[in-house]
Amino acid sequence: MNHHIVLRVVAKLLIPSILLFALYTQFHGDYGPGGGFQAGVIYTAAFILHTLVFGLENTKKIISPTLVQVLSAVGVILYASVGFASIFLGGNFLEYGALIPSALPHAANPGGQHLGILLVELGVGITVSSVILSIFYNFAAEDDSDIEADGIPNEKGKHE
Amino acid sequence: MLICAVVITLMRNLFAGAILLSIYSLLASTFFMTMDAVDVAFTEAAVGAGISTILVLATLLHVGHDTKPAKTLRVLPLLVTVFVAGLLIYGLHDMPGFGQANNPVHTHPIAEYYIENSESDTKSPNMVTAILASYRGYDTLGEVTVVFTAGIGVLLLLGGRRKNNKRKADPKIS
Repeated sequence: MNHHIVLRVVAKLLIPSILLFALYTQFHGDYGPGGGFQAGVIYTAAFILHTLVFGLENTKKIISPTLVQVLSAVGVILYASVGFASIFLGGNFLEYGALIPSALPHAANPGGQHLGILLVELGVGITVSSVILSIFYNFAAEDDSDIEADGIPNEKGKHE
Repeated sequence: MLICAVVITLMRNLFAGAILLSIYSLLASTFFMTMDAVDVAFTEAAVGAGISTILVLATLLHVGHDTKPAKTLRVLPLLVTVFVAGLLIYGLHDMPGFGQANNPVHTHPIAEYYIENSESDTKSPNMVTAILASYRGYDTLGEVTVVFTAGIGVLLLLGGRRKNNKRKADPKIS
């Protein structure tokens, strides 16, 4: 799709703002609508747009399928480790109040709650984003007999 | 929305059907928006109208755009569909009336607790986030695990298929 200069320019303008909006949704989820799930989906949408315009192979160079698979586990581990961290700091599983030491009882420590929610939502965002991207990679993949044999992506991939 | 849904069922061209599904999701998200469920509308617009349409289109790329025309009217599936639809419509009568003040949603004490205390408990003005991430943290951990498992499932199904293809292809070359 190299001859579509309008599409390429518009995509280059749009992708950074989509990524920025995803990060806004992620970290502003406590204050406005949004959160990890929506942010993850929007973040992936930027990569999918990149795939549509520049082709699957170029997107895989930016963020490889292996990295995506590792990240999808990292999100779940981050979430669970927040839970275990609060156990080790003297609270119950996922009791965020224990995360930041304070004189207050755990249930009445909003600072810890805030940190906990932020980390947990980040875990959700990472997992959702990378799982959707890996599903998309698999759905969009062409028959490998064409790619693996000669290393040239076939026409299908370019037009997606 | 209703027109859109009816047209989807009549559509023989799957490509147009996929686009109409996307439009349906977008209409649904405006519907959620008017009900003041901003987070749900957000998700519906991003997932329903965006990502799932892309996935459906990617699938169509592999399987083709047109359905085979149905030759005979099959009685059993029709009966099952009518039966299930009848059950669902019958079940509707037990639902509490829309927007009634004495619905369980409004009278259960936990709703009041969330509304009064979620901001002071978690310092998070968005009640939805507070409930999802803090009060129901276990729930959300389970959901993330489900998403992760779904990802692994797709990898196993589709990734495995391609490896098999390669293995089948190799002996032919040699």
